[in-house]
Amino acid sequence: MSLNDWQIHTLEEQANSIRQDIIKMLLEAGSGHSAGPLGMADIFTALYFHVLKIDPKNVTDPDRDRLVLSNGHICPVLYTTMAHRGYFPISELATLRKLGTRLQGHPHREALPGLETTSGPLGSGLSQASGMAYVAKMDNLKWRTYCLTSDGEHDAGNTWEAVLFAGKNHLPLTAIMDRNNIQIDGVTEEIMPLESVKAKYEAFNWHVIEIDGHNFAQIVDACDQALAVVEKPTMILAHTIPGKGVDFMEKKFEWHGKPPNAEEAKLALHELRTLGRKIQSEHQ
Amino acid sequence: MINPTAHLNPKIFDDDIERVPSRDGFGEGLVIAGEENSQVVALCADLTESTRIEAFKAKFPDRFVEIGVAEQNLATVASGMAAAGKIPFISSYATFSPGRNWEQIRTTICYNNQPVKIIGSHAGISVGPDGATHQALEDMAIMRALPNMVVICPTDAVEAKKATIALAKTMQPTYLRLSRDKVPTITTLQTPFEIGRAEVLYEGKDLTIVACGQLVYAALQAAKALEDEGISTRVINCHTIKPLDHKTLLKAAEETGAIVTIEEHQVTGGLGGAVAEFLSQNFPVPIKILGVEDHFGESGETQELLKKFGLTKEMIIKAATKVVRMKA
Repeated sequence: MSLNDWQIHTLEEQANSIRQDIIKMLLEAGSGHSAGPLGMADIFTALYFHVLKIDPKNVTDPDRDRLVLSNGHICPVLYTTMAHRGYFPISELATLRKLGTRLQGHPHREALPGLETTSGPLGSGLSQASGMAYVAKMDNLKWRTYCLTSDGEHDAGNTWEAVLFAGKNHLPLTAIMDRNNIQIDGVTEEIMPLESVKAKYEAFNWHVIEIDGHNFAQIVDACDQALAVVEKPTMILAHTIPGKGVDFMEKKFEWHGKPPNAEEAKLALHELRTLGRKIQSEHQ
Repeated sequence: MINPTAHLNPKIFDDDIERVPSRDGFGEGLVIAGEENSQVVALCADLTESTRIEAFKAKFPDRFVEIGVAEQNLATVASGMAAAGKIPFISSYATFSPGRNWEQIRTTICYNNQPVKIIGSHAGISVGPDGATHQALEDMAIMRALPNMVVICPTDAVEAKKATIALAKTMQPTYLRLSRDKVPTITTLQTPFEIGRAEVLYEGKDLTIVACGQLVYAALQAAKALEDEGISTRVINCHTIKPLDHKTLLKAAEETGAIVTIEEHQVTGGLGGAVAEFLSQNFPVPIKILGVEDHFGESGETQELLKKFGLTKEMIIKAATKVVRMKA
């Protein structure tokens, strides 16, 4: 069901708060990825606070929806969203990447209850999500599998093996691609061109929806539409701005794999707080 | 002499001993595992007949998944199915799985700790005419190095069947190494089998031969010949390379004082490596590791290749004589 204005504002506030915690945790950790997590904060917020049928207090519920994060390096946004949703205390975010932490540098299923997979090495998540969706289909189970994948990991053969497999088997699967056009070495279309990625997916028997990955109404509508397309898996091509919300990080591939220093974090938080106040005033 | 509690095939030293590929035992075992547990599923990368997964496919078509020539997908789809409660068996040739998909196995199966059962058929040079591209000689090394992974190399079809049924009951990631070639059926239904427990098949006190796969047969033949020459030889079927049966190996080192290992694998990182790593740090004795010496295989008939690469009864006898001389 589509979102009303109040719901959209609530999600915007939540995403802004999550972005601030991402900056704080990356500063504390001293290493990690900045651009991807900020760019995906709206999608994670929409999924965890509206779309997914999940219960943070019952993480092994057999009927829960499954979320597979394939590009595990953007886990700061996963961890922060999970903490805000009640999976674990927000204070634990300060342990990211530190010895003994449950918040490993790349997500490890056995370390943190609520994670569905271990990920980091790119190109394997869509296959794992396909395996889950295959079981849901073969056993006629009602839960849904969601896979978050990056455009960069579409360089990998393993990803396309999964695209073939999911298309062949008409899997009940919603994939969301973070189409932010950057990867470590530069711009995706220069490293290894993906376009026309929509036509590629359609040729592999997928339903494709293109959205603005920062528009909550579009994110939720696309996820709803995917549920209605029963004969094909759905790829939601979410156009996002890497580093979204922090002006000096936006659209810069240099911010793919590094954290802010103290000065940069201060600037980023100032900007995000200003934005937060703006959202709040619009709401009131 | 043959250990009576091993209940070996009474025709063990007869020329007309029955010969069956170990992959056949896997195929039969998988059907039984499927009957015993409805969560067992099978996935294959376009090698359904030759990896013997076809019987499962025929019996449980809804629980069989064809992946096509995509071994990375084979491992990762299986990981996802395991996460959703299934016990997936994935089959291909060992050079491709676990060869081509090693990182996927490492991350999504071992580190992720999902009960996926990797079946690598056509392992070893006994693959024969297909040549080196299809003769996996490194698979045990790359699987043995992975935390959480269990590695099993059964000696014959009967043991492969038992191993398949047993590993469907464990929740650990497992690698099962199988042969293409017909190998002598040396064990029987009464022969004990337990994952992680090596079996003494032949009793002796002067040295121990530790073997796995079809070369257990060559080890038994060597032990008999050595016995005739007055060298009392113990033979251990070390079907589980990981976890290694430390107790049985330590006892063998203490009681016989010399070890020969033999496997259809590189001398680096396989059974011999595992045995040497353990004994050198716990009860050092002279050891000779027989295997392929840092070399690729080639086309040829199985027996020609085993001879060329020194994996024969005669080479075991030679090595045995040498390690016995090295004993203090």
